[in-house]
Order: sequence, then C-alpha cells, then structure tokens
Amino acid sequence: MSGARLRVAITDDEAPARNRIKNLLDDVSEMVPIEVVGEADNGYKLLELLQEHPADVVLLDIRMPEMDGLEAARHLQKLEEPPHVVFTTAYDDYAVSAFELHAIDYLVKPIRLRRLHDALSRTRSITRISLDVLSDIGPEARTHLSIQERGKVQLVPLAEVLYLRAELKYVTIRTAEREFLLEESLASLEEEFGDRFVRIHRNCLVAREFIESFEKESKSGSDGRWVIRVRGVDEVLPVSRRQQHVVRQLGKKSG
Amino acid sequence: MASISQNAPANPLPDFRNVGVILRILVIVTATTLVAAAFGNPALPRWLEASAASIAFVLPVTIISLLLLGAATSWLRQIDYRVAVLCIVLAELVIVTAIVRLVWTLIPVDEGFVHIARYWLFTALLALVLIGYFDLRNRALSPALAEARLQALQARIRPHFLFNSLNAVLSLMRAEPRRAETALEDLSELFRVLMADNRKLIPLARELELCKQYLAIESLRLEERLQVEWRLEDLPDDAMVPPLILQPLLENAVYHGIEPSAQPGVISIHIQRKSERLEMILSNPVPPVTRSQSGNKMALANIGERLQLHFDAEATLATKSEEGRFEVRIVLPYVKGGQ
Repeated sequence: MSGARLRVAITDDEAPARNRIKNLLDDVSEMVPIEVVGEADNGYKLLELLQEHPADVVLLDIRMPEMDGLEAARHLQKLEEPPHVVFTTAYDDYAVSAFELHAIDYLVKPIRLRRLHDALSRTRSITRISLDVLSDIGPEARTHLSIQERGKVQLVPLAEVLYLRAELKYVTIRTAEREFLLEESLASLEEEFGDRFVRIHRNCLVAREFIESFEKESKSGSDGRWVIRVRGVDEVLPVSRRQQHVVRQLGKKSG
Repeated sequence: MASISQNAPANPLPDFRNVGVILRILVIVTATTLVAAAFGNPALPRWLEASAASIAFVLPVTIISLLLLGAATSWLRQIDYRVAVLCIVLAELVIVTAIVRLVWTLIPVDEGFVHIARYWLFTALLALVLIGYFDLRNRALSPALAEARLQALQARIRPHFLFNSLNAVLSLMRAEPRRAETALEDLSELFRVLMADNRKLIPLARELELCKQYLAIESLRLEERLQVEWRLEDLPDDAMVPPLILQPLLENAVYHGIEPSAQPGVISIHIQRKSERLEMILSNPVPPVTRSQSGNKMALANIGERLQLHFDAEATLATKSEEGRFEVRIVLPYVKGGQ
C-alpha cells in the first residue's frame, strides 16, 4: 500500500515556494501516486518531521535559515533508510555544477512539472549521497552534530556542546545534560569547528565559551597538573603539557 | 550624448562650486608654491621662510579667485572655452596685481616692474596648468569614459532574486490570480528601471516608489519575516538622485539581514533633508552565524563609485556595524529637479 504511494516531504523556508511544489505534486499525482507526508521550513524541522513520518523522497531547498539543505542532507544519511534527496534551488551556480558532477538530483526553481515528474520517477532506486561530497559542496561548519540512536537521528546543536573527547573508535560529545557517541574523527571536527573549540589535550577539544577556569590542581603530595574547569558541569579536564601555552594565550585574550 | 551632470555645460571647465574641485585647486596651488619656493632656497630654514612668504601671497589670491570663479561658474561654462580660459587668466592677473600692490603698500619694499612680472608669469602658468589638469580629468572621466563606467556600473540584480520572485508569483497563480497580477506588474516595473538608461538623475519620489515595489515582491515570499520601517522627514518634492541608489541596498539588506533568519527582522529606512544635503540611512539586522551566505560587497562598491561619478567629493557613503545591526549612510547634495 504505502509501497505503491511515493511518500514526499517538502522543505523550503518560503511558504509560496512550498505551495507551488504542492500544486505541482497534485498534478504529478495523476501520473505517479503520491502522498505528501509533511512540510518543513528548515532542515532541522525536516529531520523532526521525518522521525514521525518517514518519506521516500525529500524536496530540499538549499538556502534556508537555521539549518540549510546541504547540512540537512548530511544528517539525513544517518537515518536507517534515508530518503532520496532532490535539492531545489533558485540560483546557485556552484552547488548546481557540483550536483551535476556527482549525479545528485536537483531541480531549479521555478520548477517545471515535467522535471519534477522525471525526478520523482527516478527515485525508486535509492542511492545514498556520499557525506564527503556533501561536505565538499557545503564546507561551512555545521550548526548541529547528528548521532544515530535506535534508528533515529539525534541532533545536538553545536552551541550546547561543552567538549568533545576522543576515545577508541568514538568521540564523546558532552552537553550540560548528557553524553553522546559520535563516529567522526577528532581531527576533522577540530578542522570544521576550530572557531568554537580549542584543543587542550591530544584527545580533547573544549568549547572556548564554556571554559570556566584554567588552574593548577592542588593535591597534597602529588605534583599538581594543569586542568580546565568546564562551566555547567562539575568536571575538570586535564591540559597536556604541549597545549598549556595555547590555553594560557586564551586566558590572556579573554582576561 | 547625455551627460551625467545636471545642466549640460558647453565647455569642459569644471564646476568651481564643487567641493572636490575646490579642494583639488587648493592642494595643487599650495603644493606648487612649496615646490617653487624650494628653487633658489635649497636650505631648509630658508625654504620654510620663503614658503611662508609665498603662501601669504598665494592663499589670498586663491581664495578670492575661488569666490569669483564660483560666482561666475555657470556663465563661464556656457561661453566659448577659449574665451572662458582667457577671462580666467586675465582675472587672475588682475587679482594678483591687486594683492601684490596691497602688500607692497603695507610693507614698503623696493620692487619694480620686473618683480611683478614674475608674479604674473607664475600665476598665468599655474592657472593654465590647473585648467589643463581639469580638462584632462574631465576627458578621463567624461563624457565617453564616465558614460561607459556608469553603464558598466548599472545596478545588477541578483539572479537569485529574479527566480525566487518568479517562483513566488507562480505559486499565486492558481489560488490568488489578482495578487499574482500585481506582483508581475511590480516585477516588470522594477526590470524596466533596471534595464533603462540609468545615467540621468531621477526624482527621489520615483526611487522610493521603486523601493516599495521591490519590497512588495519580497514580502510575497518572505511574508511576516520582512518588516520595513520608513521614516521620511521633510523631503523636498523636487529632489533628484541617481537611479537605483537605494534599491540595491535594500536588496542587500534582505539578502544578508532577513533571509538567513527564521525570525522576523526590521529593515529601517530613514531619509531626511539637512539644508542643502540629503541624508539616507538604511539599516538591517545582522543574524548570527549563517551558512551558505556568500559575502557581497559589490552593491556597496558600485553605489559608492556611481555617487563619485555623479557628485565627486560632495557625496559620501559610509557603513558601520554595531549592536547587531548593519547600517549604510549616504549623504548627497540636494539637487533640485527641472533645473
């Protein structure tokens, strides 16, 4: 039943653009059975929508506030069965040529009925878009990190991350509330979010804004080591000898 | 060929009332005097002494000349170029003679005809060099080159805007054909101006109408996210401005200030007359960190250059960014229409 109907989710920050797509989907549904599972006005809301209402295809605008289409597409790939992504864009020279290069589906706005029909007809064979390709097209830092948890995608806003710590295969994300396990490398995270985080140890990046203090641990007897106190949680993180000067610089700048 | 200035002059003499022209004359005259004083007085103390003495002569002459030229500028620019140049040189000689005589009566010096001839020579040469300089500059900037530059600088609309707007109009077609009609009318009006010959000044009221049409189109798709606050104070009906001086700034404000945020934002436009000038202040919110937002200083540079071509140093464009808002301030001379 639901296998026969193509489930489509619409994402665009502009209501008229969403209405236009709905009109066109109405027209297409005379040829291809379609069910619109919902609409979202940014990437974050799309991911929320998909947790409740899975879709086979998402029509995804590129330029949107909060979370843009390219970032949303990256997080989508963590779903157990990621929907087929068709980007929509009014004019985006660079992205469009990249889509061509990597055979990623896209539609230019104003969208034509014929093109929409063709794009939807192709989506029966689902192919994942490579994360590397998506990060190449939109190399700016993401606004959220995404974690796969029991088939769902959990989004963690970067603004809430206190620190990132590498352990064995994973990176632990620490927020004030809890911890998450992320399958990415600390080095690539440092490269992407270098503006927010500072490396204090071979295995640890701390958000600059959450550093409460930098001090020498006073333990009687032992040779005190330098640590960082993190705001919001009662934890101290050791600072390696090699990184001490970096942290000290930071203290000078803010102090 | 159409000219960029308001009342087409018959010859290439500059407008001596223009602040840029006045500044250039003052700078060149002073510099030339200092250099001239160095001849024969290579030692620093003597050079300083000679410079001070020369400047005391030259400045009064220059100021009186500028006042006279300013008063006569409209007439001078309408008559034959050679006659105008001759008039200027003769007037300069008369002024120099008068000043030199005056100084000599105040500080009696034994100077004869040979000495006054030196002053005449210096003055005539400097006047001709200045006129030649303005002629060259005029040739470099206008008509052909300035025309070409203005044409090249014609405001370019973002393709992104065109396609998004067409998309919004298409979305209205079925449900609200009347709003679609209005939107297409606004859009064609905007493109008519964009594609027109934009070298002549237009009434400020026309530019404001265009801005409102542009904002109406943007409101279609951005809806309540786009809020506009107009403050127009004491605006003269006959003020003339370069076309598309505000609209591209509004487009920038929408692109950088409104589109990247899901929350409503206010663009404020404040225009007022300050005696002989018009001040336009436009500001937009600066949303926090945004992705896929390509920086675009093109519009600002473009408007700055067009202002310079139209008004030289008499118009200014400044930007500042504080308290989460980005502000562009333009001050330009109040040019009356129909002159």
